[in-house]
Amino acid sequence: MKVLVLGAGISGHTAAAFLKKMLGRRHEVVVVSPSQYYQWIPSNIWVGVGRMRPEQVRFKLEKVYRRWGIVFHQARAVALHPEGDAGDGQGFVSIEYTSRERQGESDRIRYDYLVNATGPRLNFGATEGLGPGGYTESVCSWDHAAHAWEALKGSIAKMQQGERQRFLIGTGHPTATCQGAAFEYILNIAFELKRRKLEHLAELTWISNEYELGDFGMGGAYIKRGGYITPTKVFTESVFAENNIQWIKRAGVTRVEPGLAHYETLDGSEGSVAFDFAMLIPAFAGQSIQAYDRQGGEITEKVFAPNGFMKVDADYTPRPYEQWSIRDWPQTYQSPAYANLYATGIAFAPPHPISKPMQSPNGRAIFPAPPRTGMPSGVIGKVVAQNIAEQIRKGHKEHPHTANMGRMGAACIVSAGFSLTQGLGATMTVSPVVPDWEKYPEWGRDINATVGEIGLAGHWIKLFLHYMFLHKAKGYPFWWLLPE
Amino acid sequence: MSTEKIIRAYKDEFYPPVPTRATQRRRTNFLLQAFHFLRLNFKIMRIVVKGHS
Repeated sequence: MKVLVLGAGISGHTAAAFLKKMLGRRHEVVVVSPSQYYQWIPSNIWVGVGRMRPEQVRFKLEKVYRRWGIVFHQARAVALHPEGDAGDGQGFVSIEYTSRERQGESDRIRYDYLVNATGPRLNFGATEGLGPGGYTESVCSWDHAAHAWEALKGSIAKMQQGERQRFLIGTGHPTATCQGAAFEYILNIAFELKRRKLEHLAELTWISNEYELGDFGMGGAYIKRGGYITPTKVFTESVFAENNIQWIKRAGVTRVEPGLAHYETLDGSEGSVAFDFAMLIPAFAGQSIQAYDRQGGEITEKVFAPNGFMKVDADYTPRPYEQWSIRDWPQTYQSPAYANLYATGIAFAPPHPISKPMQSPNGRAIFPAPPRTGMPSGVIGKVVAQNIAEQIRKGHKEHPHTANMGRMGAACIVSAGFSLTQGLGATMTVSPVVPDWEKYPEWGRDINATVGEIGLAGHWIKLFLHYMFLHKAKGYPFWWLLPE
Repeated sequence: MSTEKIIRAYKDEFYPPVPTRATQRRRTNFLLQAFHFLRLNFKIMRIVVKGHS
């Protein structure tokens, strides 16, 4: 049997590693990824403030896959043929190589099982002027983060000459997600400026599509803190106030021009904010993969949602926010159209957002899309690998392993400054990720499992996780014992 | 010497709770944070174990 994994991010790499470990030499595992590197994305923040070099957050996949016996193609998937073609009924994926040696070459890879873990496409084009090709920075990949650090160094140099600088950090599209990464970045910038005693020359502004701060695309959370049950709104506002960060909330950035970001707010008003340095997270979309049937007819809509993410065993029936349930969320990540197709990590289409959808009077949707952080992505990748491996080894079609975001928790360690003795990190845990208002009618989540604390311990944990997960991803001794 | 008068009242950033100096010191107190490191790792592990079916 041959299992093809598209993508080598946290979810795809986890799935490939466990598939090979469970299937052994008798079966083939093939990975297709457009990048030659694995990157530990949560540490890109530290690349973006010059505290880590790109080499510290990435490594070459080829060497690890050769050791594991996984076939690796540095290529991009362009078309999916789940029914095969006229000559052969076995499904295949058309790829285009991206490596220097084979740039532009095409090929097709047949499979018995396909795991789509292609992650998000950073859709900078959805906001005019956004991104490293425009007028703002990004920390979504190691190369973007390295570019952001070069730009940040320029601002710091100007401040050292006594010039004031305006920093704008947040979301760069009305329905962008990944507020957590932007939150980390603004806190790290504040920390670095304080360390250099330059904070008096900085004007830090947070701009976000969240209804309230601390929403983070998961509808916010409640935490036990100081004898109170406190919303993450208060927690986040407190952190910002402490660091002299001003904020613009309920705002969707619509256009960026040199030094100026334009936005619309939920009340329909329009505004603009000037900046010298901006890091704004783009909208995410699925990779542009077309699907075809055996006769060559396009069936993209059958396999993928309109946003490019793959449809899985979720309930996609449109419902108002009040009727959402954790039962809408997928458990096995199997395509309803083709039983040997799975989508993991960010590649699966969520049934709906987690935060309540909002619209301005002008009809513009302004709310965060649902985030899928590293921990759920890794867990989903492993669960899919376990199910496929058991199907191949035992010949059954059941899914004994499940992962529902309405039942699993997540830990998110938000860096707020890099230093072994003075660093800070906000440790945030929620259980479950998607609020379950039936099981937890008061707070939506298990209040005893939800944590929000700031301290040096948080920084140590984030640093520990950096080394632990790179150890695991590189397949060093006992890697499989480390949790996702 | 003249200093710029800054009034933060009635601005968004005026209302949230901010940590006292004692709280800020506790955040980087080595012994206390070593204890929190163990406690928070334990809490995270509970969530991680529950998340794996």
